[in-house]
Amino acid sequence: MSIASIQVSETPLVLYALRRADDALILGHRLSEWCGHAPMLEEDMALANMGLDLLGQARELYSYAAEVEGKGNDEDKFAYLRDVRQYRNLLLLEQPNGDFAHTMVRQFFYSGFADLYWRAMMKSDDAILAAIAAKSEKESAYHIRHSSEWIVRLGDGTAESHRRAQSAIDDLWAYTGEMFEADDSEWALIEAGVAVDPATLRSHWLKTVTDVVGEATLSLPKNDWMQQGGRSGRHSEHLGHLLSELQSMPRTFPGATW
Amino acid sequence: MYTQALNASDAEDRYIEDADRSAQFQARIDADDRIEPNDWMPAAYRKTLTRQISQHAHSEIVGMLPEGNWITRAPSLRRKAALLAKVQDECGHGLYLYAAAETLGTSREELVDLMLSGKAKYSSIFNYPTLTWADIGVIGWLVDGAAIMNQIPLCRCSYGPYARAMIRVCKEESFHQRQGFEIMLTLARGSEEQKAMAQSALDRWWWPVLMMFGPPDKVSQHSDTSTKWKIKRFSNDELRQKFVDATVPQAYYLGLTIPDPGMKQNESGNWEYSAIDWSEFNAVLAGNGPCNRDRLAARRKAHDEGSWVREAAQAYAEKRKSRKAAA
Amino acid sequence: MATPNTQLWEVFIRSRNGLAHKHVGSLHAADTTLALQAARDIYTRRGEGLSIWVVPSNAITASDPSEKGMMFEPAESKIYRHPTFYDVPDEVGHM
Repeated sequence: MSIASIQVSETPLVLYALRRADDALILGHRLSEWCGHAPMLEEDMALANMGLDLLGQARELYSYAAEVEGKGNDEDKFAYLRDVRQYRNLLLLEQPNGDFAHTMVRQFFYSGFADLYWRAMMKSDDAILAAIAAKSEKESAYHIRHSSEWIVRLGDGTAESHRRAQSAIDDLWAYTGEMFEADDSEWALIEAGVAVDPATLRSHWLKTVTDVVGEATLSLPKNDWMQQGGRSGRHSEHLGHLLSELQSMPRTFPGATW
Repeated sequence: MYTQALNASDAEDRYIEDADRSAQFQARIDADDRIEPNDWMPAAYRKTLTRQISQHAHSEIVGMLPEGNWITRAPSLRRKAALLAKVQDECGHGLYLYAAAETLGTSREELVDLMLSGKAKYSSIFNYPTLTWADIGVIGWLVDGAAIMNQIPLCRCSYGPYARAMIRVCKEESFHQRQGFEIMLTLARGSEEQKAMAQSALDRWWWPVLMMFGPPDKVSQHSDTSTKWKIKRFSNDELRQKFVDATVPQAYYLGLTIPDPGMKQNESGNWEYSAIDWSEFNAVLAGNGPCNRDRLAARRKAHDEGSWVREAAQAYAEKRKSRKAAA
Repeated sequence: MATPNTQLWEVFIRSRNGLAHKHVGSLHAADTTLALQAARDIYTRRGEGLSIWVVPSNAITASDPSEKGMMFEPAESKIYRHPTFYDVPDEVGHM
């Protein structure tokens, strides 16, 4: 690795946009890893569609962060030239694909949140974020629909699929709490009407999740210890490997255009 | 993307069928009528098409792997989105083609099982590795370019479902070759290192791409009946020549050298290429290409690891049906 | 072991309001919900559709091509069903 990471001036709004951009990029990247390897061709198409939606969201949010920051960074510099400590995504989204159940449960937990979040953000006083939200809300609405249908089929399918779906829920549950956290930097934006308080979305999210999980004959863990750290760059070990793959070209060929 | 003419023999199918029906069938073909799934057709026509369309479908699906190898490492977000969309298209194309093959009476699952067991072939071009990002450019520019050359005439093929699938495929593929050429152009205008990367990729892919058009006309066993049935409208060598003539000026524009020092332009303007090393083609076809084992292993793994998901969906569908019946 | 078959579906898409649904292709899915979602993911990636129908392929009853003569040729001679059969002088204008 022969090129240094960029410096980012993380003002509240830049940081806010980067966090959501990183969420979308990292989950989009994970979904793109499935391409060519899904359980059936029909699902290969679906996973790629969701991945492309998320990549699109990431690009818009990075471009907005670059514009707000005004330091000459752009979508690719943000994506390819920040190291693991500078990434701000939720821990949930960097978790490996695992089996299809893990991928679908991760998608289900996140898009259940993202759909509510983007819907609320459509009322943001920031016109750009509101416009990104309007587009993203339609995408996440489909993602939650698609992943919910699979949770029900996996949970209420065969004994093996039930076991796998339950173990995915148990493994990923501890990463869901972070979605509803806001730190001081976000509070300034929430009070200014730019951002929404994610804690207000939790009860609605929990109801959706509980309903679907119930219909799937699965259950949510009793343990409510929640992991945190993604938003401030304290990641799991998985993210470093993801980034070393994602960033290999720009890091190997400094300054090249592709 | 592409199906290659393979040299398996059809001899055992050329038994005599009802002479009247055969004559009527051939008259319809000669009149440029389209054959549809429920129409009577000679068993050999059905078998040839089932094999060709399913090989074409397998090629699309296996073809996702060499390019998929770079989705997670695409060098910019714009390239990443384009590549993911392109490889996804190939999955879609495989899907359309399996559906076309199924109209001839063999299920997708059976066809896929034949591929996974190594009994059915896919295009040998996908048994070569994608070593650098430039390989992604070359695949779009040349492999898709060769595929389009082959697929456009298939849009007029005598079997309706195949022709319709090809029309959809050609429409969607129009961005694939441009995407590849744009990658090559960016590399050609880049640093010395990038230019070298582009040249090395062209050097490695050029001859395998020429082999995609299948064996030379003088040894190709399929051409006669396939031409008679209007499945094939141009010979392997005709298409290969058309491809070379279209590609040489593009390589020149990119400032890249086609790795054939003996190539020269004849009086009628065609580019005459040197002799193709068919022993390499035969070796790859026989399973000894650099990636044959990897490609099959990857497809088998996806299939095996997906079986519990497919079973779950099936089990749920049956439960839902019986619950509905009970209600 | 042979891979078990999954239900085949035919997909029909209405591309614009006011147009009829048109057959666009097929797919495999275990049930109606998955079939509809797959149809969306496969056949509307380039903004091709506003409405989708999915129908189990085996629910379609098709005419027999060998009865084509009986089924369709009798209509060919009924040219009086077409407007061009009737002569209306040009000066009368469009009718």
